[in-house]
Amino acid sequence: MDIFIEKDSKNICLAYEGKVSGLLQKLKVNPETVIVVRGGELIADDDLVSDKDSIRLMSVISGG
Amino acid sequence: MKCGICSEKAVYKRYCSKHFKDYFENKVKVTIKRFGLLKKKDNVAVAVSGGKDSMALLHVLHKLGYRITAVAVDEGIAGYRDKTLKTMTSYCKSEDIGYRIVSFKDNFGKTLDEIMDKEKIRPCSVCGVFRRYLLNLHTRKFDVIATGHNLDDEAQAILMNLVKSNMSLLFRLGPVSGYHNNESFTKRIKPFYLCPEKEVMIYSFLNKLNTEFSECPNVGLSFRLRIRDRLNEIELKMPGTKRNLVDWFLRIKEKLPGDLGSPDTCRICGEPSTKERCNACNYISELKLGGN
Repeated sequence: MDIFIEKDSKNICLAYEGKVSGLLQKLKVNPETVIVVRGGELIADDDLVSDKDSIRLMSVISGG
Repeated sequence: MKCGICSEKAVYKRYCSKHFKDYFENKVKVTIKRFGLLKKKDNVAVAVSGGKDSMALLHVLHKLGYRITAVAVDEGIAGYRDKTLKTMTSYCKSEDIGYRIVSFKDNFGKTLDEIMDKEKIRPCSVCGVFRRYLLNLHTRKFDVIATGHNLDDEAQAILMNLVKSNMSLLFRLGPVSGYHNNESFTKRIKPFYLCPEKEVMIYSFLNKLNTEFSECPNVGLSFRLRIRDRLNEIELKMPGTKRNLVDWFLRIKEKLPGDLGSPDTCRICGEPSTKERCNACNYISELKLGGN
C-alpha cells in the first residue's frame, strides 16, 4: 500500500489489509489529526483498505 | 458502513457526504441561534486566513445567506501567508464576495518576518496582538467579526489559560468574545464554537475548499502546540473530552456576575485597551515600528 503523509510530505510503502482505524494505529497516527482519502474520496474509520490502495493522510490541523 | 439516513456509503460516522454537510450546516445554525451570534440583517466581517477553518466559515455563512465581507490580515510570513491569501481571493472572486486585505507592512512598516529577523521575541505574541489590533481597526463599520475558531481551538485556549492561571483572559473566551457595548470594539463571534476541528476539515474537503496542509512556520515555538497535542491524546482515549471542557467552561462563565465592562481607550492610538497604552502601541514603540 502506498501512503502519502501530507503533514510530513512523505511517501511510505506498507503491507496492510484491514480497517482504516487499524492502519492509523499501525502508523501511530492519532485519528483526531487526520482524514483519510483514497482515490480523491474520503473514507471512514470502518472502511477496509488493501495493499493495492493508494492512500493519502490529510492533516486536520493547520494554521498557527 | 451505510449512511444512517439514506443508503449511500458513509464517509464519517453514520453520515454520507450529503448528509454530513447537512449535519454540519445545521450545527452551525443551531450554534448561531443558541448563542444569539447573528441576525440576518447584520453586516458581517469574516476574518479569513485562507486556511480550512476560515474558508469553511466563509462558505457556510455565504450558503446560509448572511451579508458577508472577507477580511484578511497579511502578516507577511513568506511561504505561508502569501499562499493562503491566494486561496481566499480566488474563492471570493468566484463567489462574488467582497474582500479586503490589511497588511503588517502597510500598517507598521515591516512584515512579521522582518520584525523577527532583528528581534529575539516570541513571534506568536507580537503576531497575535497586531492581528487583533488590525482586525478591530479595519472592521469598525461592521456589526460583527466572525472567526473560524472551532471547538478544538476553544478547548486549547481554556486549558492554556487555566495552566497559566490567566483568569482575566480565560473569561474573555466564549462563543461571543471580547467587550460588548463599546462602539470602538467590534463584537466577535465563533459560529464553529461547537464544531470539532476534524468536522470542519471534512466539511472543507467535501466542498472542495482549500484543505492543503499549511502550518505557520513559527508554530513550533508555541505553547498552544504542546497543549493541542496533549489534548488530542486525551481525546483519543476519552472521547468527548474537548466538548466536556467547553461545556464546563460555559457553565462556569454563566455564574460570573455581569460582563467584562467596557475597556478603556489607549491614549496613543485611541483603540480599546485595558491599559493606558495598548499592547500594540507598546510593541510599536519597543520594536521601533511605523504606525503610531
